[in-house]
Amino acid sequence: MENAEAEQSDSRSEDDGAAPCSGLPPPEQLAATMEDCLAKKMEITVSEAEKRTGRNAMNIQETYTAYLIETRAVESQSEGQCAPVDSLWRRYSEFELLRNYLSVTYPHIVVPPLPEKRADFVWHKLSADNMDPDFVERRRIGLENFLLRVASHPVLCQDKIFYSFLTQEGGWKEMVNETGFQLKADSRLKALNATFRVKNPDKRFTELKHYSDELQSVISHLLRVRARVADRLYGVYKVHGNYGRVFSEWSAIEKEMGDGLQSAGHHMDVYAASIDDILEEEEHYADQLKEYLFYAEALRAVCRKHELMQYDLEMAAQDLTSKKQQCEELATGTVRTFSLKGMTSKLFGQETPEQREAKLKVLEEQIQEGEEQLKSKNLEGRDFVKSAWADIERFKEQKNHDLKEALISYAVMQISMCKKGIQVWTNAKECFSKM
Amino acid sequence: MAAEGRVLAPPLRPPSPGGGGAAVPGAVPEPLLAAEVLALDDEEDLEVFSKDTSLAEVNSFSSSVPISPSSMINQYKLEDEPELRDLFITVDDPESHITAIETFITYRVVTKTSRGEFDSSEYEVRRRYQDFLWLKSKLEEAHPTLIIPPLPEKFIMKGMVERFSDEFIETRRKALHKFLNRIADHPTLTFNEDFKIFLTAQAWELSSHKKQGPGLLSRMGQTVRAVASSVRGGGVKNRPEMFTEMNSYMEAFSQKINVLDKIAHRIYKEEREYFNEMKEYGPIHTLWSASEEDIAESLKGVASCIDKCCKATEKKMAGLSENLLPILHEYVLYSEILMFSEEIGKLEDKVECANNALKADWDRWKQNMQFDMRSTFTNVAENNLRYYEECLATWESFLASQRVELHMEEDSEDRP
Repeated sequence: MENAEAEQSDSRSEDDGAAPCSGLPPPEQLAATMEDCLAKKMEITVSEAEKRTGRNAMNIQETYTAYLIETRAVESQSEGQCAPVDSLWRRYSEFELLRNYLSVTYPHIVVPPLPEKRADFVWHKLSADNMDPDFVERRRIGLENFLLRVASHPVLCQDKIFYSFLTQEGGWKEMVNETGFQLKADSRLKALNATFRVKNPDKRFTELKHYSDELQSVISHLLRVRARVADRLYGVYKVHGNYGRVFSEWSAIEKEMGDGLQSAGHHMDVYAASIDDILEEEEHYADQLKEYLFYAEALRAVCRKHELMQYDLEMAAQDLTSKKQQCEELATGTVRTFSLKGMTSKLFGQETPEQREAKLKVLEEQIQEGEEQLKSKNLEGRDFVKSAWADIERFKEQKNHDLKEALISYAVMQISMCKKGIQVWTNAKECFSKM
Repeated sequence: MAAEGRVLAPPLRPPSPGGGGAAVPGAVPEPLLAAEVLALDDEEDLEVFSKDTSLAEVNSFSSSVPISPSSMINQYKLEDEPELRDLFITVDDPESHITAIETFITYRVVTKTSRGEFDSSEYEVRRRYQDFLWLKSKLEEAHPTLIIPPLPEKFIMKGMVERFSDEFIETRRKALHKFLNRIADHPTLTFNEDFKIFLTAQAWELSSHKKQGPGLLSRMGQTVRAVASSVRGGGVKNRPEMFTEMNSYMEAFSQKINVLDKIAHRIYKEEREYFNEMKEYGPIHTLWSASEEDIAESLKGVASCIDKCCKATEKKMAGLSENLLPILHEYVLYSEILMFSEEIGKLEDKVECANNALKADWDRWKQNMQFDMRSTFTNVAENNLRYYEECLATWESFLASQRVELHMEEDSEDRP
């Protein structure tokens, strides 16, 4: 009796030269080296954002923002000339479509996330309005980052739909829909919290899912508190601006103190104004963390897909087992499991040999089909795990590198803020001592 | 020469129309140190006169006697140059007393002095807020033309501090300490008899003294007030320029100082809110580090930096509440008192020397104010500098540790 569980645990050590009946090409064939990555061959930027009005699918007038994607082939140094820039406009919903397509088509890949649809974790100065120029600007940067991430991914960068997204303005949407990827999308995945009772979960994936949950939780908490801290810091700095005004007014009624007060007041104004740039910079840091907040979701999605696969596998194996049992019962005439049919036949008499024969035949066909299906599902599962784990390792390295860099940049920002503070208060101290 | 410990010069009774500087009964010169006094036998009079000048200038008819540097220093620096001071007062040790009728707080007032007119060189008494109020009103009565330092308010409405909370008591204690020291440093007020009694009398002595009727000086003070109120109604023909100037200055100053006080309180509040949020910020990084391997150390490093900056913020706040806030508040109270000096202005026809007394005291007050503002705001700047320097050092050392790690990683990644 084939046991799906036994197959599962050995997936990593299995030879991978099997024919691609799982629908995915074996990992080695797909992965490009870093040099082949699209990102190396092509310069990609999202250079502009523009407000547009148009009619949507329901013929209702709407306002949206369109983003200009510019691409240019990277010429080798010897040629010396710059290739022409190609450009096209895309809106956020098209980016979403692209990402959905990639998620479904490459379920084992941790697909780079899009920047948030709506402004979240804002502190009071930033507006939560999607049309706000600061928000649009940060989204532009986020979309560019998304494209660069995809273009430097060893697997994703080779996708034709992705390439067309960058280069083919018209008819791209139709092209995507023609792939029929929506049909492949498992609707069950949409129920994010639905649990599938998997009898033998893969420990590594379970751990990974826990990690992605923890990561999501801790980063959102961090972002929330950071926004509050930023808010408070803004308050501290801005209130000092009042000193500037009052010192200036006060200096008018003083003779000896006047000069000192006046110039000190000026420095207080400088101090109060300096917080704007400081917090603007910090916003970029927050965006870096946000990217990994969303990446955590992508990671979790891979775990879920695996879970679903495993579930399907177990169901299929279970189904096969029960059919085989039925077969055995029919053949030997012993009833091991209770069935209504069995009971009625016991009560009302047995079937004719011909009927039994026919049933057996059907069952045997089903069993054969089932066995083949199980075999291919197993293969699929093994391929999935192998490819997924390869990408997860790649992702882990990327995440560790990026987050470390982000933390360092945060420290650099704090240092710059302290230095500015020291300068202003040194100047102010000098003015005060002359009062 | 005189081997006696005490030196007694003939008591000075400068002309005292309107009770200007009259509150100096038995103006005995202050011997600086017993030894010095003995040596300066003959020059004693010089010392006396130079000291006298500072007193006389307050009481004289001329309004432009230069203030001697030594007496200036005496007036301005509360903590520095202790050799020039001969009266040291501290207010501490609040204690609550519960009786059948009321609950109140007493403060310990310790006085150390080398002055002759004090029978002892050290006194320790307990006083309650009521007693300070009494002292203030006696001083106001006796010196209606002088600027009496303000007392902390009876209640503080803003901030809704509990009446007997530790914070309230401490704030009040500091203000009372300031109050007594300002009086001690005032060239005229320091010799006030009620002041001396306040510092030295036992509880029963003080309450019996309080019960006595107003003395000669306060009766004169009352006359001044009566004159003032009679003049108020009729208006003054030509108010001297000085008082108009002083008044318009005080109006503007009062407005500014009130706004500054509000700003300072607001800054303190914002700093406190910032501190509260920061307290939560660091620990999240530590929590995160528990889920990570490679970046755990970096996360812990950031957590530790944030915590250190948090502590530095606390120190900054303490600096504000110890220095800037009390000083600004004191000047708010001053400005409330000094706005009423308009009444004094109307005395000009009647009591000319009062003008001069007030002008001198006014100048002295302005000098004090300038000094206080300069030193307080300089202190604020220093506080902030210290804060930023501490934070800078923390983050720089974190950065250095990260860069070292990065280099180590890069080296180990170099494979042939």
